[in-house]
Amino acid sequence: MRKQLWLFAIIMAFALVVAACGDDDDAGDGGTETTAAGETTTAAPAESTANVGLVFDIGGRGDQSFNDSAAAGLDQATAELGITPSEASANQDGSNREELLNLQADQSDLVFGVGFLFAEPMTNAATASPDVNFAIVDDASVDLPNVAGLVFAEQEGSFLVGVAAALKSEAGHVGFIGGVNTELIQRFEAGFIAGVQAVDPAITIANQYITEPPDFAGFNDPASGKVIAQSMFEGGADVVYHAAGGSGAGLFQAAKEFSDAGGSKVWAIGVDSDQYLTAGEEVQEFILTSMLKRVDVAVFSTVEAHVNGTFAGGPNVFDLSVDGVGYSTSGGYVDDIVDQLEDYKAKIISGEIVVPSTP
Amino acid sequence: MGKKILYAVAAPIAAIIVALVISSIVLLFAGANPLSAYNNMWEFGTRLETIIETLNRATPLYLSGIAVAIGFRMNLFNIGVEGQYILAAIIAAKVGAEVNLPPVLHVLVIILTAMVVGAIWSGIAGFLKVTRNVHEVISTIMLNAIAVAGVTSYLLSVWDVPDESLDTATKEIPQSGWMPSLNPIVELFTREINRVELWGFIVVAIIVGIVYHVMINRTRIGFDLRASGENASAAEASGTDPKRMIMTAMVAGGAVAGLVGLPELLGSSHAYNLRFTQGLGFAGIAVALLGRNSAIGVAIGAFVIGWLDRASGVLEVRGDAPREIVSIMTGVIILAAVIAYAVVERRRRAEEAAAAAAATAAERPPDEVGAAAGGES
Repeated sequence: MRKQLWLFAIIMAFALVVAACGDDDDAGDGGTETTAAGETTTAAPAESTANVGLVFDIGGRGDQSFNDSAAAGLDQATAELGITPSEASANQDGSNREELLNLQADQSDLVFGVGFLFAEPMTNAATASPDVNFAIVDDASVDLPNVAGLVFAEQEGSFLVGVAAALKSEAGHVGFIGGVNTELIQRFEAGFIAGVQAVDPAITIANQYITEPPDFAGFNDPASGKVIAQSMFEGGADVVYHAAGGSGAGLFQAAKEFSDAGGSKVWAIGVDSDQYLTAGEEVQEFILTSMLKRVDVAVFSTVEAHVNGTFAGGPNVFDLSVDGVGYSTSGGYVDDIVDQLEDYKAKIISGEIVVPSTP
Repeated sequence: MGKKILYAVAAPIAAIIVALVISSIVLLFAGANPLSAYNNMWEFGTRLETIIETLNRATPLYLSGIAVAIGFRMNLFNIGVEGQYILAAIIAAKVGAEVNLPPVLHVLVIILTAMVVGAIWSGIAGFLKVTRNVHEVISTIMLNAIAVAGVTSYLLSVWDVPDESLDTATKEIPQSGWMPSLNPIVELFTREINRVELWGFIVVAIIVGIVYHVMINRTRIGFDLRASGENASAAEASGTDPKRMIMTAMVAGGAVAGLVGLPELLGSSHAYNLRFTQGLGFAGIAVALLGRNSAIGVAIGAFVIGWLDRASGVLEVRGDAPREIVSIMTGVIILAAVIAYAVVERRRRAEEAAAAAAATAAERPPDEVGAAAGGES
């Protein structure tokens, strides 16, 4: 028994090392990119002396999801505005968000927190550093003059891909996979359902979340994403939309396998970034479109406002009217219905259609 | 005596040297300068504020380490601390928010609630082991999933207080149920502290450590626990009921596990929310291993792991290295420590056996000496 315990101990420790090495691959890339970006700054005509600090949430740069989108915005600002960037990522359990915000505030004059979980840490950090500007992605609850809340109308973008799904579905049966059942992801669900029903209320909508909070594994569980997608396709759905971060890879795989196995061709819809371009060549032809949530645009325009001296605290809404959300056309699969999509888009912008944000 | 001290310090020092060497190699591979990285980490890590952050991190790690260590003493591999503390934290948060009591009593009720919940949840695994002989590793893994993805998810959805933020959280505990920051006391001896607060729960953690030490080393029940852990059948033969010991260890471990979430709950979040720190139960296993189940050793382990985590924030911000380097360092330290302890322990036992053999050789026939030495190793 004693020997067994030692064996356990060694296996445990070994697993830790291996896990750390696994993490390091992503972060290693991030590190190199940071240095590369830094060099670009010195090479490019430096227009601004602003120091911009960005704190990613758990996962950091390289998560193929919204952290990466924020990173793209920062990279663009570095290249075009000549700011000096600095990055940090919350630790594995996210318990050091406030520490990192404070650390960035010490050496930056604009600090980003990527994700609504930064709300309370940022309230504390921004109160302690009133001379520093802060911006938080996905939250409008921080009420301080030096904090900008960058929020998105996810339901509006999801509405449009819902319309696309309804128009492209031959079976009259579509699906939605949510990563974790939080208020944020429910917006995607609500918008998608409203979009589908706007085209045809008779369409069947399958609906499933991978995990329930506080279990956040659903954002990074491609295996479960795949199982759920398979069951949806086998149940008769032929277009499935995901808002599940890294788990979406499972949906794409399931769409490919189901189609290749001789079933009729089924479609997947991506989320956040244009996943036709990022998800890998072998699944490209199954990605109908992606709901775009332009975190990069929000980050870039906030840096720009800061550099120009027009930074303003309070909520900043990125909706369809400012192209803060939208749909992608890569692959050309929605070319035949673009007119209808644009029609709905115009109606949402004009206020003729109000998209619900809760299911 | 000199040799005893040498054996005690050889292993941790060897572990740290090995960890530094391996981390330096990894840093070089990542294109970073190890000296500048260590220098920045040391400079940042020795600031008063970072020390306080470290203590806030080490407090739950310590409690988690002790909870695991109680099981280890009995040769029970309790990996259910994770589920036990999360379930305890959300129920304690709700109870704390609903009751209305004077300050000290309010905190005591929250602490007691958390300990009872942790003890019950861990007791289920103990009960299954005693009655149905279900291995505690299997049962605690499953109980973790049920506690986090099942019960806590359900409770969180029921107890959510709607507001404009996207966070999902239970109702806030009124101020009488908060634990005061210890900053004023620390500031008496040092200087003014900026932006961080030392959570008051560290006092409870210290008390838990003292009680654990006394119970294990100075009481009958602690002796029985250790005896059953070392040699269950011998302990049973001398009148210790192994089933009772299993239940005792699981319930006591669970009660301590229930405390793991409280430093954060009573010191900063005052509610169970989506940000509530997860993973401390698993981290506690590493801490207990590093500390070799002793009250002081676990404290040192918790501080070292906590310090690495907190001081490393500066690496990425200053552009030295990705913070994952610290995960590698932590992993290497644990691995090296476990191996070093095993090597040192084997040497110590071999020497003991040799000494015993030498002492008995004069009185006994040679064949019995061989048997005695063989039995020792």
